[in-house]
Amino acid sequence: MINFVKYRVIYLIISLAVIVPGIISLFRHGLEPAIDFTGGTEVEYQMNSVSPEQIKSAVSQKFSQVDVEQTSGQSYLIRLPALNEVEKSDFEQIIKSLDGEASELRFETLGPILGKELLRKTFLGLILATVLILAYIAMAFRSLKFGVCATLATIHDTVVVLGAFSIFGQKYGVRVDSLFVTALLTVLSFSVHDTIVVFDRIRELAKIFKNDTSENLINKAVNETMIRSLNNSLTIIFMLVALILMGGESIRWFVIALLIGTVSGTYSSPFVATPLLLLWEKLLGPKK
Amino acid sequence: MSNLRQKMFFILLLVLVFAIIDMPESIPIRFKLGNIKIEKNIVRPKIELGKFKRDLSLRMGLDIQGGSRLVYSADVSNLEESKRNLVLESTRKIVEQRVNYFGITESSVRTSVTKDEFRILVELPGIKRADEAISLIGRTAQLEFREFKNASESSGIVPSLQNTTSTGVTGRDMEAFAVSFNSLDGSPSISFETTAEGKEKFASLTKRLVGKPLVAFLDDQVISIATVQSEIVGNGQITGKFTLKEARNLANLFNAGALPISLRIIEQKNIGAALGKESIGRSMRAGLIGLGVVVLFMILYYGRWGLVASSALLIYGLTTLAVYKLLPVTLTLPGIAGFILSVGMAVDSNILIFERMKEELRSGKPLGIAMELGFGRAWNSIKDANVATLIATFVLFNPFNWQFLNSSGLVRGFALTLFLGILISLFSGIFVTRTLLRSFLKG
Repeated sequence: MINFVKYRVIYLIISLAVIVPGIISLFRHGLEPAIDFTGGTEVEYQMNSVSPEQIKSAVSQKFSQVDVEQTSGQSYLIRLPALNEVEKSDFEQIIKSLDGEASELRFETLGPILGKELLRKTFLGLILATVLILAYIAMAFRSLKFGVCATLATIHDTVVVLGAFSIFGQKYGVRVDSLFVTALLTVLSFSVHDTIVVFDRIRELAKIFKNDTSENLINKAVNETMIRSLNNSLTIIFMLVALILMGGESIRWFVIALLIGTVSGTYSSPFVATPLLLLWEKLLGPKK
Repeated sequence: MSNLRQKMFFILLLVLVFAIIDMPESIPIRFKLGNIKIEKNIVRPKIELGKFKRDLSLRMGLDIQGGSRLVYSADVSNLEESKRNLVLESTRKIVEQRVNYFGITESSVRTSVTKDEFRILVELPGIKRADEAISLIGRTAQLEFREFKNASESSGIVPSLQNTTSTGVTGRDMEAFAVSFNSLDGSPSISFETTAEGKEKFASLTKRLVGKPLVAFLDDQVISIATVQSEIVGNGQITGKFTLKEARNLANLFNAGALPISLRIIEQKNIGAALGKESIGRSMRAGLIGLGVVVLFMILYYGRWGLVASSALLIYGLTTLAVYKLLPVTLTLPGIAGFILSVGMAVDSNILIFERMKEELRSGKPLGIAMELGFGRAWNSIKDANVATLIATFVLFNPFNWQFLNSSGLVRGFALTLFLGILISLFSGIFVTRTLLRSFLKG
């Protein structure tokens, strides 16, 4: 049996090493919001024999804040502020003048009001889901500390993903959209799912070894659930990696968010949630 | 054990039924056996049980099939606060009716209300150009009463805009439409009150038209032809051959028509099917490869048990697809992601069980007992972990349309597939794996 509990400080350092840069980036740059949140127009065209620069300079003659990106061989993603119907036809004319056979793959216009609304609703959804899950765990384990520690581990994982995407936003211009929000909520549920299995084992062992110390119980539980935890995460990671490598472009960053969340969620169960449990017992006593 | 046999039989039966549901629309069979040439198509059956009708095709959402999403902002600033929700719902029905007139199936028209924003969300799958729809839907609803130009020759003539003339009375002159019942034969009709301004107008019109037809047009479509039975002062009713439901619908529609709301488009999303198709195709392939790796891993790591788990996983896949077709679930890209994630959770149940079984075996218990104990011990954590995930899917799906939560189709599709995935994974992970393992041990 490996004495996992002994190396608590190391886990803390690893967690901090991952989280702190993310938090710094979050505070300094925030997240790069996609048009879901800011409002604007995203158009994707399939065009022949043009370069992104050509499109940009042509469109920029009439519109401001134009951003062009070559998404694959012949499709180009053009971002610009929200267009009304008149502006849209102006815009289409510019594209047609570049390539008469250009075909529209996607045209999305989002008002900025919707962005604020969506953000608020999603934030509320996050809080509500977290509170409900905390309440459920506290109920199922008949102890508040399990609920609180599982929730803290979940917040840890959420912050890891948020921080990572703040950094990705700076480095690769990755924007967070409503799919990202979906990924966050999935990470939340996966993280809890994983933590509960470890907690369940602690609960079970506590019934068998009534006189053992918390430290020993927790260590035993972490040891006994480690293989399962790794194997389970591996299967999910197989699926996600396959999706990242071969799946469609439109869900790639969504899957990457899930992957980071899965890795963090697996890590946080034995190395964040259970040390927190120990800390709780040391500070507040084992009965609480 | 006959009980075990029954369970195995049940599983096999399910697999057969689901396999039939899951098969493509038709499978061509062409082969030669000596001189006998066989050319046949196995055609997937359709289900028709009373109101439960399914053609068993997989429904694709807007992001896969392509289409448009239109969001209209309703101007309710002129309305009393208490009436706003009611009027918005009636407006939604008008919009829905228009979309239906437009001949678009699988569309959804919903309302969205926040503190100070009243909206109508229209989603139209499979439509490349939404401009036509925008102009059709965005029009202000208009209820108008018209009379035949030549009242004496009106019997048997279908009223149209051409052979009728405006009476000058519109929905604006009336309010508070409701369903009422004819005192003689109990047939439903629609009662209304005239507005203060409309009272005089309506009284003189109906006095003039007693015994003659009065035609109600909604957005230039005939809704009802009614013979005026008496002079209408203050309140009256529109009679016609309505069913109760129709009358109720019409009352709703007239109420909306009577209250002018202008709709302004604030968001338009066009999703090209080509992009979705390419993306879904690749994601599907990637999912299958990922699944293959998972199966390989399970068999390599857990040996024969892994084989059992993989069979259970196959049954899981068949069940899920069949449920998608039966409910039906409209499959979206995030939905597919939700499905793939739920595969992971299905495998997790098996891993939890197998690890517990291994522990029991290590402590020297015989295989049969180790298996039963393993299932029992694993159940607690499987239950708690899955219930927690179900809570999250519940918040994501927002089944009661709580206004403070997200109700976007993307998030919902994901939540629904994850929710179904967890339920089905409990079935496959517990019931199917257990039955298969037990039979495996006996045989």
